[in-house]
This record gives sequence, C-alpha cells and structure tokens, in this order.
Amino acid sequence: MPIGNRDDVWGELMRASLAGDEHAYSAVLKGITPAIRMAARRGLSRFGAGESDVEDIVQEALLAIHLKRHTWQPSKPLTPWIMAIVRNKLIDSLRRRGHRVHVPIEDFAELLPSEPVEQSLDAQEMSVMLEALQPRQRELVGLIIVQGHSISDVANRLEMKDGAVRVALHRCLKAMAAHYRSRLS
Amino acid sequence: MKTDDLIKTLAADTVTRNWPLGWTFAVAILAGFACALAYFLLELGVRANASESLGTVRFPFKFVVTSALAVPAIVACYRLSRPDGDLGWAGWAMLTAPVLLAAAIALELFSVPQDLWGARLVGRNAVPCMYLIPVMALGPLFAIVAVLRYGAVTRPRLAALAAGLAASGLAATLYAAHCPDDSPLFVATWYSIATAIVVLPSVLFAPRLMRW
Repeated sequence: MPIGNRDDVWGELMRASLAGDEHAYSAVLKGITPAIRMAARRGLSRFGAGESDVEDIVQEALLAIHLKRHTWQPSKPLTPWIMAIVRNKLIDSLRRRGHRVHVPIEDFAELLPSEPVEQSLDAQEMSVMLEALQPRQRELVGLIIVQGHSISDVANRLEMKDGAVRVALHRCLKAMAAHYRSRLS
Repeated sequence: MKTDDLIKTLAADTVTRNWPLGWTFAVAILAGFACALAYFLLELGVRANASESLGTVRFPFKFVVTSALAVPAIVACYRLSRPDGDLGWAGWAMLTAPVLLAAAIALELFSVPQDLWGARLVGRNAVPCMYLIPVMALGPLFAIVAVLRYGAVTRPRLAALAAGLAASGLAATLYAAHCPDDSPLFVATWYSIATAIVVLPSVLFAPRLMRW
C-alpha cells in the first residue's frame, strides 16, 4: 500500500479513536508500531547505537502518542505527528546514552515502509515501563493485559468500581511517563 | 512488558476526555490575561489623561509595540505546543517589536533636542516599570507554561522564550495604559529590561517543566 494511502487509513482510524472507538484505537496502535520500530532502528543505527534500545523507544513513543493524542489535529495528516514524537523519543534515548545529537527532521518526514521485522522477544522484555508501578498497579495492568479490554472483569476481580479501575489505569500510564521523564535527568 | 501488552493497556485506557489543545490554549491565554487585568484594574488603573493621549503619536505607539511582541509570541507558543508544529512566520514576526522600537528611537532622537534625551529615557516610572510588568506577566506566564506542558513541545527552549515574550507582551500592553512615560527611549530601555526579567527565568526553568 502506498504510504499516502496508509496515512489516510490510519488518520481515519485515529479520528474514530478520538471519538471513542476502542477497536479503531487498538488497530491504529498496532498498525503504526512496525513503522515506529523501523524508524527507531534506523535512527539508532545511524548514530552507531546498539539496537538494544529499539523496543524502549517504541514503547515510549506509543505511551507518548497515547498521553498526547490531543495534540494531533484531526485535520492534519497523522504520519508527521507520529514521526515527530518518535524522533523526540529517539533523541531522548540517544541523550540518555550520552550522545549529543541532532537528528535531521527530514529523516522522519515520512513513515518508512515497514518490512516485517522479526522481533527479538528478549529486547521486548527489557522494557523498563513496569519499574514505575507499585505492586498493586502492576497487578491491575497485568489483569488488563490478560483480560483484554474488559474493564468490568478487572473491576470484579479487584473488587473495585469500573470508574475506579479506569482512573487507576490512567494513573499507571502517567506514572510510566513520569518515570520515563525522571530517567532523562 | 511486551509492546503488544502495552498496546492493550493503552487501548483500555479510555478514562480521559482530553480537551482539544486549541481550546485549552485559548482558555489559558484568556485566564492568564484575566489575572494580569485584575491586578491592573485593582492596583494600577488607566492613567488620568489617557483619552487625550490617544491623539498623540507616542502613547498609541506603545500598544503597537507591545502587541507586536505579544501576538507573534502567542502564535509561536501555540504552534510549538504540538510535536509536529511548524513555527512558520511567527518566529520572524517576534522580531517586529524590536525593529519598530529601533525605528521609533531613531525618530525620537531626530525630533527631540539632545539635552532632553536623558530625561526622556529615565522618565518618571522607570523602577515601577521594571517590577510591575514582571508582576503582571506572572499569571500569563504560568498559564502559558501550563498549557505547553499539556501539549507536547519538541523545542522547549524556544517555547520557553516565546512564553516569556508572550507573557511580557501581554503585561506590557496593560502597563502601557498606566505608565505616564511614552518616549520610545523609555519603552526601549525599561520595557526591555522588564521583558528580560520575565524571559530569563522562563528560559532557565520552564523547559524542564515541558518534558513529556
């Protein structure tokens, strides 16, 4: 599929997501992930950095896309917005490793064609996202992963109200982002 | 955590009804300006001869300069609040105010005898100018930095600079209505110092607050 069309499709899905369509949201996150991974990998190799951080960058970018999705203007194409976020996370990652970097924006002007890349499970497991969470928060996130989208199942298991689970989940994600920020300084 | 699991977790997080950034930004600017305006109305007020002064050149020109600073700086902040934001004309337009001031200084030096230059420059309100503008800039600055935090800034230093300029511009627009000194020599000197007092801490401390 040409890149332009793909952006249209994802943009459409993202608009539906912002209107509250969870399935569209899941689809768009899954859809953009290989392209993000590809961009992160290419960015790291350009600076001679190892690939061990690829999945961290992917996850940080996904988390940022989620928490900052209100900064996307639905009238604009989705791809440049996503790639600006990925570029930012790549720079953060390189800085954390002590590189002083300037990543040309042009490198991220478009989503790179996403060839299927075999994922190294080891690298995926190395994510530090969960370090940020309290034991009870980890339990909650764990249940959501196992149970899919069903907040009410999770609420039953934890003997909480649905609303409380939602709020707690959102706090988990914010805690992850805060943890990530703290690693910058 | 596997990436697929993270995606599941993100998709499950539907609690937030995020306010659109555009509206939030407008509300922040209005709220910040309202703080400055409240202080202005309660503590300062419009100067006594303001309506007659509108017929002069120098008094209205103060508002031209302060708006020429505030408007492009606000636009710059708005554009920098998004990761894919493009500064566009707003970057260069922030230089309009200094250019206008430089031209006005030249005219002032031509039209005013040399022995009056010093008096025009010092004016009557130099010290109040230096602290009243920063005081009134506090509200707008906090509001703008808060909304930049809510956004996703990829050029934090530049955004912090623009935030400081925008807050100073708004505060100076109000202050100009109060201050009896209208000479461009005064404005260029003391308004600039006041602006620097706002911009410097903004550039030093605000970028840290804009991390995401």
